[in-house]
Amino acid sequence: MDLTTTYMGIKLRNPFVPSASPLSQRLDDLRRLEDAGAGAVVMFSIFEEQIHHDMEALDHLLSAGAESYAEARSYFPDIGEYQVGPTQYLDLIHQARQSLSIPVIGSLNGVSHEGWITYAKQIEEAGAHALELNVYYIATDPAKSGVEVEQLYLDVISAVTATVRIPVAVKIGPFFSSIPHMARQVEQAGARGLVMFNRFYQPDFDLDEMEVRSDLQLSTAWEMRLPLRWIAILFGRVNLSLAATTGVHSGLDAAKLILAGADVVQVCSALLRNGIGHLRTMIQELEAWMTSKDYDSVGQMRGAMSQRAVANPAAFERANYIRILEEYKAKYALG
Amino acid sequence: MDTKNTKRIAIMDGNEAAAHIAYKTNEVCAIYPITPSSPMGEWADEWAAEGRPNIWGSVPTVVELQSEGGASGAVHGALQTGALTTTFTASQGLLLMIPNMYKIAGELNSTVFHVSARTVATHALSIFGDHSDVMAVRQTGFALLCSGSVQEVMDLALIAQASTLESRVPFLHFFDGFRTSHEVQKIELVTDDVIRAMISDEWVLAHRRRALSPDRPILRGTAQNPDVFFQARERCNPYYQRCPAIVQKAMDRFAELTGRTYHLFDYFGAPDAERVIVLMGSGGETAHATVNALVARGEKVGVVRVRLYRPFSVDHFIAALPRTVRAIAVLDRTKEPGAAGEPLYEDVLTALGEQLVAGKLPFPMPKVVGGRYGLSSKEFTPAMVKAVFDELACPSPRNHFTVGIHDDVTHTSLEWDPSFMIEPDSVFRGMFFGLGADGTVGANKNSIKIIGEETDMYAQGYFVYDSKKAGSRTVSHLRFGPEPLPYPYLIEENSANFVACHQFVFLDQVDMLKFAKPGGVFLLNSSPWKPEEVWNQLPRPVQEQIIQKRLKFYAIDASRVALEAGMGSRVNTIMQTCFFAISGVLPREEAIGKIKAAIRKTYGRKGEEIVQKNFRAVDMTLDNLREIPVPAAPTTTRERPPTVPPEAPEFVHKVVATIMEGRGDELPVSAFPEDGTFPTATTQWEKRNISLFVPLWDPEECIQCGQCSLVCPHSCIRAKLVGPEQLAGAPEGFPSAEWRDKSKPGLRYVLGVAIEDCTGCALCVEACPKKSKTKVGHKAINMVEKQPIYEMGRRHWSFFLSLPDVDRSQLDLSSVRDLQFARPLFEFSGACTGCGETPYVRILTQLFGDRLLIANATGCSSIYGGNLPTTPYCTDAHGRGPTWSNSLFEDNAEFGYGFRLTIDQHAGWAVQLLQKLRPHLGDDLVDELIHAPQRTEAEIVAQRARVAELRRRLAGRMDPDSRHLEAVADHLVRRSVWVVGGDGWAYDIGYGGLDHVLASGRNVNALVLDTEVYSNTGGQASKATPRGAVAKFAAAGKPAIKKDLGMMAMCYGNIYVARIALGANPRQALQAFLEAEAYEGPSLIIAYCHCIAHGINMQKGLEQQKLAVQCGHWVLFRYNPALAAQGRNPLTIDSKPPSIPVKDYAYNETRYKMLALSRPKDAERLIQLAQADVEQRWKLYQRWMQEDMATVAHPAGQ
Repeated sequence: MDLTTTYMGIKLRNPFVPSASPLSQRLDDLRRLEDAGAGAVVMFSIFEEQIHHDMEALDHLLSAGAESYAEARSYFPDIGEYQVGPTQYLDLIHQARQSLSIPVIGSLNGVSHEGWITYAKQIEEAGAHALELNVYYIATDPAKSGVEVEQLYLDVISAVTATVRIPVAVKIGPFFSSIPHMARQVEQAGARGLVMFNRFYQPDFDLDEMEVRSDLQLSTAWEMRLPLRWIAILFGRVNLSLAATTGVHSGLDAAKLILAGADVVQVCSALLRNGIGHLRTMIQELEAWMTSKDYDSVGQMRGAMSQRAVANPAAFERANYIRILEEYKAKYALG
Repeated sequence: MDTKNTKRIAIMDGNEAAAHIAYKTNEVCAIYPITPSSPMGEWADEWAAEGRPNIWGSVPTVVELQSEGGASGAVHGALQTGALTTTFTASQGLLLMIPNMYKIAGELNSTVFHVSARTVATHALSIFGDHSDVMAVRQTGFALLCSGSVQEVMDLALIAQASTLESRVPFLHFFDGFRTSHEVQKIELVTDDVIRAMISDEWVLAHRRRALSPDRPILRGTAQNPDVFFQARERCNPYYQRCPAIVQKAMDRFAELTGRTYHLFDYFGAPDAERVIVLMGSGGETAHATVNALVARGEKVGVVRVRLYRPFSVDHFIAALPRTVRAIAVLDRTKEPGAAGEPLYEDVLTALGEQLVAGKLPFPMPKVVGGRYGLSSKEFTPAMVKAVFDELACPSPRNHFTVGIHDDVTHTSLEWDPSFMIEPDSVFRGMFFGLGADGTVGANKNSIKIIGEETDMYAQGYFVYDSKKAGSRTVSHLRFGPEPLPYPYLIEENSANFVACHQFVFLDQVDMLKFAKPGGVFLLNSSPWKPEEVWNQLPRPVQEQIIQKRLKFYAIDASRVALEAGMGSRVNTIMQTCFFAISGVLPREEAIGKIKAAIRKTYGRKGEEIVQKNFRAVDMTLDNLREIPVPAAPTTTRERPPTVPPEAPEFVHKVVATIMEGRGDELPVSAFPEDGTFPTATTQWEKRNISLFVPLWDPEECIQCGQCSLVCPHSCIRAKLVGPEQLAGAPEGFPSAEWRDKSKPGLRYVLGVAIEDCTGCALCVEACPKKSKTKVGHKAINMVEKQPIYEMGRRHWSFFLSLPDVDRSQLDLSSVRDLQFARPLFEFSGACTGCGETPYVRILTQLFGDRLLIANATGCSSIYGGNLPTTPYCTDAHGRGPTWSNSLFEDNAEFGYGFRLTIDQHAGWAVQLLQKLRPHLGDDLVDELIHAPQRTEAEIVAQRARVAELRRRLAGRMDPDSRHLEAVADHLVRRSVWVVGGDGWAYDIGYGGLDHVLASGRNVNALVLDTEVYSNTGGQASKATPRGAVAKFAAAGKPAIKKDLGMMAMCYGNIYVARIALGANPRQALQAFLEAEAYEGPSLIIAYCHCIAHGINMQKGLEQQKLAVQCGHWVLFRYNPALAAQGRNPLTIDSKPPSIPVKDYAYNETRYKMLALSRPKDAERLIQLAQADVEQRWKLYQRWMQEDMATVAHPAGQ
């Protein structure tokens, strides 16, 4: 059985790629991911904003109250260098690169133009095989148009791809008016891969404390429908490697996404919930299904059920929605 | 070896200089924090944590003990077993070492103790410098070697080390606390090569051979009897006889190696001097520089600087004096009341007298007088030196004089002429008035490094702080010049080339331009005004001084530039840039380049972003700095506002206000009480206005719960209940709301905010549980900009104070809601913004303040509780309030125990006298006075009425029994005795005493304000410091578990013990206070106090308290032996099982996080252990509770 796949020009032993998550925070876990069969690994995201905040906070809190009072000119010992900023992250990439045989993909969430470029370069220098840009922009300004928002993304991609030589993938959210158009622009800006989709931290309200809380809920299998659709639509329409993420919980989910056209499937929630060993199960599930359907390779499968490949392309479009709605109504005797 | 050509320049203070040598030449440092010596131990600890080796290649072991007594014991033990061992201390710390010093000397152990000499507390504590501590150990057998400057500290530290090893006499190497320990100077570093060349390995090996070893067993520390002790004690004499020559030999060797020459007694001055001053320490630098100036004028004067004070070599001393000497003034930086003279004076007299009697004095006996100077870092200036020389020129110079003060009581003081100055024109003098929080001192230290390291110029910095922890004012004194700067005194009036005011408001508070030299430069942070409009905002005296002194006046709206550059409130980099741009100390372009290089050096390791932010600030500064045209005449009539309002008491006007204005030096001796007594309730007169943001109450939203006033660290939020008619005269807009308690209809609830005293911590807003229904970000109390509401806020507060307090006897003080109406008798302290300790202290005064005696251990709570100029404990409408005293750090429990002994004794004596006088006083009154219960407020009020009646009946009776009863009658009203202090006291230095007092069964209550670190001295680890937290002396993270003081106390069975956290469970905290006080035996309350030394956003302090409890780090409980006596389980656990990981609490705090950022692996290991600690402790507490302690507990105490 040939599970190999190619992602942004990099050959992987199989399409399962653990996505940016806490599982890539320690070298031991990275090794376990490799042992469990991962085709590549995306490192957890380095957040420029967080780095700035951490630096500011450390500077402020270490010096708060210092040089104010004769008996206490400071409140902390001077213990030398702090690994603030990306140092720890870059060290980890470096170590991962040394100890793993699978490709290591850095992940970056920037804020400033300068930040994107600087950190992208540092990640490349640390030895990452590729870079995933985790662009995360919530439009709150009514005066800013969709085109302007898209341009923000494209500026970042152009700047980073002009800076680094390693291939760059872009992880986007689903909230664009025209995802195919956006995908084409991403491609034109120099990216080699598109990762669909980012799961934003969504706010929640605490009704006891009357406070806004935000926490990350793990995905459900149902959520893979969204990337499934858009990968199926984009397959063959753009010259980008396509990575599916969100809701990939089993080997069968992976099979669906590959059939839709994904080059790789990124997994996170399933591993957080079931442990790293679950990755092995997922690979076995995919293999079992492929055997049952007589597939020899992942290459054969890829895009076999993309929008272009299925007999009924409309299934992915509005007609699909109407049909489902009608079926639903009939089933539950609504309206 | 030629080491003279390998000179290395360094910028450092005296503490670092001493630590440098001590660390390089020792293997064990046993330390304990005490100001001003703590930084020596901190340096050693940091270097050891870094793995830095000594000159033999091993990394010294640095350990913290529980007290200086303990440290000296450990030193003694390490010496006896052959390790090269040192310690650092001062003041009371040194006194605690005395018993061991006798032992160490008696056994001829080679060691050097480095001491930053500090005042020993007498009528008051002082952290500043004089020789009262070292003079208290001059009899121990230690050699005493004194340094007078930072360079000398480094040099003589090494000479001491070499001398002790060769002579076997232990050395105490000392220098003036603060003046030398904290003065930053450009010095030549003593290199490792020089150190090696000074210290013979043979001496070290000999030290090892003398060690205790079971392989060649010996015995030391015998007990000897009258037959032999005396002879054996005299056996050491040859070592002391040889010692001075050994020291001089070491000095000579050092001179060969470095070119810096020292003698046991260094004489400087005219070879034919007739008048000579003898002194030691930094005053010697001043005297030396003054002598040089006077000799240049042709005066025949000189100075003998004493280096080796013990063993006192009479021969060397006499040899040092010029043969022409006619009059000698011996200056002692200490006071020995009742002595024939101060110690150095007596030694000099003895030396001269001995030689005279023996016929060996090589000149006629001169006149010799003694004088005191410089107590507690009192300034000692060239003018004072000259005054002493002038006095010596009199036919009968005054003896036992003082210089530096105005003594109008016993008239000891010499007058001096402040206009006498000696510094050459080439010396640049700059003074910088800043806020602690604005980074002024740090920036100035940076400037010294830039100029000192990057140019050939010499640099000196000394920094003066006020005693407040929030909004403190700092004054930096900087000197630069082409020659060394032997000027260890503050910059004097009319002499500063450059005066910088970093906060506009200071212009209304201090007269800083009196220091400016005519033609000098004045730099002002004009915020909130633009430079263009600032002239007209200056008070008239400031305008006048600028005009009269023809100052060049520059201004920058630095706070705005800081904000725009992302620097927040830190104007340091901006003002530093201005200084370099206009002072002319360095060429402008060069200076800016150097500032940027320094910024990278200072902030680089905290992240690139911080560096860039500072660079931005530098660039923006140059665009925003303006020279302000100075008109020919003042343009305003605005005077400085009065320091205190006219209604303040006379003492406040005369004494307190003068200190507040920075003119305390001008107060004469007669201004002060003779025994250290000071009035309470003076913070109310010091309106500091340090916060730009203050809380504003929204009566419409308020649910009147009292949480805001409960948590306010500065007692700035208060509540009252009044009838509507009492609001008739209220100022416009005075807010009030209908009291929500339906049982008392018609009352108005008012919440007062002391906006001038608020420090802006916003804990009140955090604590407020009420959110607006339509806008959840708006609460019932919200921070607003102060300026727009300033006048209104003052009027409202003033009216609020005029309203009557709620009758205490009507309050349920166990409820947070009612507690807000109990008047705080502790207000507006100088504690940090957002302090976690002070709310507990305030609650103590709200609950028991009118019958409260506080014994306060030295530490934060004694500083914000009792540091001049103003003190926060105050009185109620009847004039009653807490009475407070601080004895020491280590003895506080015993001190408070003494209070209780008196009270019990006098109450018993009163009862005895009542019985005796029963026929005159009446049975009813006597029986009631003796037997009436005093459990409730109402019962206490009733007892007070009985005592008043007793006094009426005793009035006019002149028999001794009546007079005695009258004197002690007040003790018939229940007293509340509390010993208050921090964890350093309770867990470490005072633990033995606390344990003893708790075990005594007496009704003494202990309140431990547990910040888990020595907060007052700058964050050193205590046994309360939790595992994994970084603290000074635990720079690699505290490896050991936090001591469970509560559980240790519970083991007695008859001690009331509670662990509380106001932010987590205020009601439990109140219950604990009330139960502890009600319990007729010893009590211990351990209170979680968030602290600036935790490295948290102080506004989130209460939240951290909650998390501490939720993660199980801080288990809330009450252990009440009174319940056991009733057959019930005495232990109640008031918190829930741990529900979050320790990490979720700990990593909000820099003390934990900094380890994760610097040593991630160690941090991970320690935090896992900390997690295990929490789980284990919880299980243990559960087991205690489940096993029903009532069955195993001892019977309740008396």
